[in-house]
Amino acid sequence: MPEEVKAHITGVVFQITSKPGDSVAAGDPVIVLESMKMEIPVEAPRAGTVREIKVAEGQTVQEGDTVAVLD
Amino acid sequence: MIDSVLVANRGEIARRVLRAARAMGIRSIAVYSEADAGWPHVREADEAVAIGPAPARESYLSIEHILDAARRTGARAIHPGYGFLSENWRFAKACEEAGLVFVGPSWQVIQQMGDKVGARAHMQRAGVPIVPGSDGPVASLEEAARVASRIGYPLMLKAAAGGGGIGMVRVADESGLAQAYATAERRARAAFGSSALFIERYLIEPRHIEVQVFGDGRGQVVHLHERDCSIQRRHQKVVEESPAPRLPAGLKQRLTAAAVTGARAVQYTNAGTMEFIVQGEEFYFLEMNTRLQVEHPVTEEVTGLDIVQAQLLVASGEPLPWRQEDIVQRGAAIECRIYAEDPAKNFMPSPGTLTRWVAPSGPGIRVESGVAEGCQVSVHYDPLLAKLVAAGATRDEAIARMEHALESFVVEGLRTVIPFHRRVMASAAFREGRTHTQMVEEGAFNA
Repeated sequence: MPEEVKAHITGVVFQITSKPGDSVAAGDPVIVLESMKMEIPVEAPRAGTVREIKVAEGQTVQEGDTVAVLD
Repeated sequence: MIDSVLVANRGEIARRVLRAARAMGIRSIAVYSEADAGWPHVREADEAVAIGPAPARESYLSIEHILDAARRTGARAIHPGYGFLSENWRFAKACEEAGLVFVGPSWQVIQQMGDKVGARAHMQRAGVPIVPGSDGPVASLEEAARVASRIGYPLMLKAAAGGGGIGMVRVADESGLAQAYATAERRARAAFGSSALFIERYLIEPRHIEVQVFGDGRGQVVHLHERDCSIQRRHQKVVEESPAPRLPAGLKQRLTAAAVTGARAVQYTNAGTMEFIVQGEEFYFLEMNTRLQVEHPVTEEVTGLDIVQAQLLVASGEPLPWRQEDIVQRGAAIECRIYAEDPAKNFMPSPGTLTRWVAPSGPGIRVESGVAEGCQVSVHYDPLLAKLVAAGATRDEAIARMEHALESFVVEGLRTVIPFHRRVMASAAFREGRTHTQMVEEGAFNA
C-alpha cells in the first residue's frame, strides 16, 4: 500500500536526500526542511521504497503537506 | 559624534538599536526584506530601505545590498545587531573600506576571535584557562583518536569555523569516534564551508557563565559583571540571568578578571562577551562573542547602564563612559527568550501569523519585542519573537515577577515556549539556582 510522507512542520525544502527507487528504513530522512534557521529531516514513517518525491529544493511546504510517496 | 546609523538587522534587536539612536539624537535608518515590509522596526526608523527578497542571503546577509542602502541614505555608521553579518569580519572590513563606522570591534579582532581554534590558543597564551582539547584542528581520524586517548572521553567534536553550537557532535566512548568524526565533518562542511574539526573534553553538568566586557581599543577594558545562561536547548540559550546564582565570590572575581585579561589581550573595542563553561570551582574559556549579545538587557537591568548607547558613543571615538568602580550589580534580573517554537514537540519551529499579541507590563518588567499583531512570522529567520525581562531587588522577587508576566502573556496564531518557561520558573532546580547546560535535553523541565 502506498503511503504519503507528510511534513510535520512548515519550512523550505533544504535538501532532497532520497530519490525514486531508493529503499528506506523507518526513521530515515527522505527530505530535509529548513525552518527558522534549523534543519529538520522529514523521516520515513515505515520501511519501503520511494515511489515519488513531490517537492523541489527551495520550495516552501506547509505542515501536513505531502512531500513524498512510499511504496 | 556620529550623526546617523543604519541598523543592519531586523526584529527586536533592530528596534533596540533604533531606540538608542533616537535617545541620542542620531538619525536612524532601517533595512528590511520583502517579508518584513510591515514590521515594527521598519516603521520606527527615520528612514527605511528595502534590501531584497525574504531569504536572508539575498537581503540581511547581503553585504552589497546593505552597503548600497548606506550609500543611498548617507549613513555614517552601521550597527550590525547580533546574528546575520555581526561576526562577519569581511563585512566589518567592507564597512571600513567604504568609509563607514562599524559599531563593534575591529575586523581584525572579529577575524581572530571568529577562528575558534585560534581564539583558544590566543586566550591560553594570555593566561585564560581553556577546556582540555586538541591544540588546533585535527588532520585526520587517526590524530583525533590520539588526542582523544590523551584527554579522555566523553568528548566533543566541534567545527573550527563554527559557533552557536552548530555542527557539534558528542562522542561517548572510543567505539563511537569514527562515525561521529564523519558526521561532524559533514555538518561542518555544510554549515561553514570547511570540514576542519577540533576536539574538546565534554564536561558533565557544567554551567554556562559569561562576562560582559567593554573596551575602548586602547587597552582600557571594563567588565559589567556576569550572566548565567545555563538553560539551553540545542546549545542555544533560552533563559539568562544576572547575577549568576550561588556563584562564590572568589570564583566570580577570577572569572571577571580572566574576561578582562582576555579582552585586553586583543585590544578589544566596544561591547563583547567572554563565554566560560564552569564546573565546580574550575572555569574554562569557551568563546568570545564580538558583538552585542541577545541577553544584554539583564546586564542593563542590574547595572542601570545602557550598553547600546555606550556602543554608539565608543564607536564615535568617545572614551568609555564608565570606570570599573562605577559599575555596580544591584538586585537581580532574568530574561526568558520568547521563541516561536513548540516545547511539546522538542522545540520544533512554529511559524505562522500572530493573530493576538498582548505583552505583559508592570514593575520590573521589560519586553524587547520585534513583533506586533498581524505579523507573519516566517520560516526565513530566527524564531525569537521577544525577550521578556523581569528585574527585582532580589532574585526571588525577579522570579515572582517573571511568573506573573509569563502567566499574563497572550500569544495566539502560533506556539511559543512560554509554557516551558513557566515550568522552569516553578522548578526547584531553577529556584535553588542549581541549573546546568544539559538539563533541558535531559527532560528536567518536561510537562
